[in-house]
Amino acid sequence: MKIKHLVTGIALSMGATVLSVSALAADTIKVGVLHSLSGTMAISETTLKDTVLMMVEEQNKKGGLLGKQLEAIVVDPASNWPLFAEKGRELLTQEKVDVIFGSWTSVSRKSVLPVLEELNGLMFYPVQYEGEESSKNVFYTGAAPNQQAIPAVNYLKDDLGVERWVLAGTDYVYPRTTNKILEAYLKANGVAEEDIMINYTPFGHSDWQSIVSDIKKFGSEGKKTAVVSTINGDANIPFYKELGNQGISAEDIPVVAFSVGEEELSGLDTKPLVGHLAAWNYFQSVESDANTDFIAKWKAFTGNPKRVTNDPMEATYIGFKMWTQAVEKAGTTDVDAVEQAMIGQETENLTGGMAYMNKNHHLSKPVLIGEIQEDGQLEVVWETEGLVAGDAWSDFLPGSKDLIADWTAPISCGNYNTKTKTCSGQTY
Amino acid sequence: MKYLMAICGCLLSLLVSTSALAASPSEAQQPLLMQLTEVKLSKALPVLQQLEASTGADMMPLFKTMLAGKLYYVKESRSLIVVSKEQGETRYTGLFSAAPRDDLSKKQVKKIKVNNKLRGYLRESIARMQLHHSDPEVRVEAVRSLFSDLDAPTVELIRTARLDEQSRSVQAVMDVALAMDRAEHSEDATARLQAVKALYGSLEPAVRNQLTKLAENDPSGSVRKAAQKGLDKIAKQAERYNFVNQLFFGLSLGSVLLLAAIGLAITFGVMGVINMAHGEMIMLGAYTTYVVQLMLPNMIEYSLWIAVPLAFMVSGLAGVLIERLVIRHLHGRPLETLLATFGISLILQQLVRSVFSPLNRQVATPDWMSGSIEINPLLSLTLNRLYIVAFALLVFMLLLLVLKKTSLGLNVRAVSQNRDMAKAMGIRTDRVDAMTFGLGSGIAGIAGVALSQLTNVGPNLGQAYIIDSFMVVVFGGVGNLWGTLVAAFTLGIANKFIEPVTGAVLASILVLVFIILFIQKRPKGLFPQKGRAAE
Repeated sequence: MKIKHLVTGIALSMGATVLSVSALAADTIKVGVLHSLSGTMAISETTLKDTVLMMVEEQNKKGGLLGKQLEAIVVDPASNWPLFAEKGRELLTQEKVDVIFGSWTSVSRKSVLPVLEELNGLMFYPVQYEGEESSKNVFYTGAAPNQQAIPAVNYLKDDLGVERWVLAGTDYVYPRTTNKILEAYLKANGVAEEDIMINYTPFGHSDWQSIVSDIKKFGSEGKKTAVVSTINGDANIPFYKELGNQGISAEDIPVVAFSVGEEELSGLDTKPLVGHLAAWNYFQSVESDANTDFIAKWKAFTGNPKRVTNDPMEATYIGFKMWTQAVEKAGTTDVDAVEQAMIGQETENLTGGMAYMNKNHHLSKPVLIGEIQEDGQLEVVWETEGLVAGDAWSDFLPGSKDLIADWTAPISCGNYNTKTKTCSGQTY
Repeated sequence: MKYLMAICGCLLSLLVSTSALAASPSEAQQPLLMQLTEVKLSKALPVLQQLEASTGADMMPLFKTMLAGKLYYVKESRSLIVVSKEQGETRYTGLFSAAPRDDLSKKQVKKIKVNNKLRGYLRESIARMQLHHSDPEVRVEAVRSLFSDLDAPTVELIRTARLDEQSRSVQAVMDVALAMDRAEHSEDATARLQAVKALYGSLEPAVRNQLTKLAENDPSGSVRKAAQKGLDKIAKQAERYNFVNQLFFGLSLGSVLLLAAIGLAITFGVMGVINMAHGEMIMLGAYTTYVVQLMLPNMIEYSLWIAVPLAFMVSGLAGVLIERLVIRHLHGRPLETLLATFGISLILQQLVRSVFSPLNRQVATPDWMSGSIEINPLLSLTLNRLYIVAFALLVFMLLLLVLKKTSLGLNVRAVSQNRDMAKAMGIRTDRVDAMTFGLGSGIAGIAGVALSQLTNVGPNLGQAYIIDSFMVVVFGGVGNLWGTLVAAFTLGIANKFIEPVTGAVLASILVLVFIILFIQKRPKGLFPQKGRAAE
């Protein structure tokens, strides 16, 4: 049923965009939306497409931007990574969009990146990722590892007194890079080699017996143990279930996850997950006027009172707000002007406080740790004192610790080596 | 099991205590309770500690409700209430008065938050209060959960409780706790030595950790030696139980493989149809479980028993339909059958996506299948896996019985051995074909019910098992049910013994490589069919 709705929805919106293109022609500012509406990532990315559409609608109600109406151009890269490059090119050359909001997986971002740089496009990327990248043409509004993984580890270390670490992840680039950074970070903090256990599993792994039993054994050796999980999607549920069945509770061995949020938890049997942790920059449960307002709008826009909000949605929201501010400041939608105007922009976080855009195209945001509740919401148990500035190049990897990104003059470089004072030109 | 019982005990006593206990909090407690509704999460611990130390009303119901996350307060009066959800209805009851408060609504109450730190404290505190619980099992669990945090007041509590403890098993764990304390804190080396010796034979992780510390740091050489000896004993035991544990994991994985493959052993093994839609028959069974739970939300405990026959019928019927409509027309053309059934598998997946949404569906696990039986601190068997091993064997036996002892079985065997001759004998072969295919598919549906308890129920469920199923059937020898059984358990156990060494990713690769090599050597699998039937 839902598929049907979705399909008609897409068909309608596509039809609508085509119509409006011919009718309104040059008098609009075009906003490209490059999110998968079909395939495996559709579950997550459709939400973000709707968020952009909602923001566009809202902006238009306020009278648009620079006296012009905004117009969303939605394309479907269908969870097919090379297609992201193709659709990105289509948006930039045929539709001539002024900005793109899009991508979820790192591989899709890496796929569209060369196109953006070649055609000098502008893209906002709203998902937490492994870092080690800063392009002039991309603004990263999701969390870098130092805005999610490292604070989570700090919380476990300082507040819960964790001394032994299990780094468990699905076998692909994001977990591997994140775990590499975490391992280096932990060792720099005096954690011994034998107190770190690293484990990778295939996508959709469902037989967790041995791994959970290993974790249990690893955790029963006297030191407080925690699991830092970069396990992706489907595999999480059997993992948490097995933890519950083997009698491991969140008080004994807490699991902190980086890819489990409200959207993933909605409609699940949360019993085995209660008390485990997740680290994000946003939780739906945070009480603030901006958030209440946003949630109400979202439910009205989707017409579903049960819809939840999540972190990548906030990242999209912040990115969109900042872009409109930057366009107003620059007085034009020209990519170079907007790019410079973006740096230093401030906008309200949904969780209170202000988000700030740094010279390296990453945001300064607060970091929150939440405990999973029975209703699938996350209750904040810890947050960083102030804002944490996103670090494009990790300080804990030997290859990137001397690198910084700074897109203001005189450096204007995404990969600047502070030791040799050179810019490699390679942005990723 | 003990753990489970303890939980059940807790819940039961919770019910009893919340309803029967009417003692109202003392004057000293009142302001603390009020504070509980006001303090920040990070400042709640001292309040709870003061409450535990206070006299007056029993704090057990408060702590237990809080641990269960059911403690709320009324915004206006700041009085504490219990909010519980029963069969979709929210109920409000006073915490100490136990009087129903039907006048309240969701907007008037607010939850008292708990985090892991508080949960840890609450659990310990409840354990301390439970040292005098009437059920010895609960007392044993209470002492055990205090093992990891034996500070002086706790030890004192255990010591006093030990004095009038009657039950042998409780005495034993209490002695271990006291010995642990002596081994750590006693000034006298001989006393420590005796304490260490008293710890021999206990497999508790806390004991092992204590011995490790002693073996490294104790000033007395004889104590260090004794502790090391204790550790060696534990290590020897641990090795043995580790082996048993891995064997169990292997059997459990094997039983999953068996369940998934056993239906295919009939459709592919006996009938010779390469059925790529086999995984989707499993998926249909899993979705049947979901629908049963959706229809009967109050009968989760029995839902699986209802789902098993239903899943058999749903998948079996689908199987018969597929056979009648498609496979019958492609008889003797394996390649076309393969492609056609692959198409059917895609159609079924898409059908499920359209009907149920592409998201995974939630299938609840009944309480009797959650948790584990703890045989000793080093070895516990998870209940869901245990049931599934038994269930897989049961299904296998039943199937064997059907094939050997019923007339349908006789016909099936006759047709699969020599179709033309069977036809000449008056057997309606196409009817037998349909029934056989239905039987195989139905069994796959039953497997789906079991798998719904282990993995995600979603459109891709079948895809995850189809390769494994073919692997098992081919490895075991096509057409031989016993071969399937042996193959499933061999592969399961092999996988679980390789996994700790190589990791999960490499383990499955190694198993595949092994099968390829094996098939090179013996193309017909472990138990090839012999004689004329082989052709």
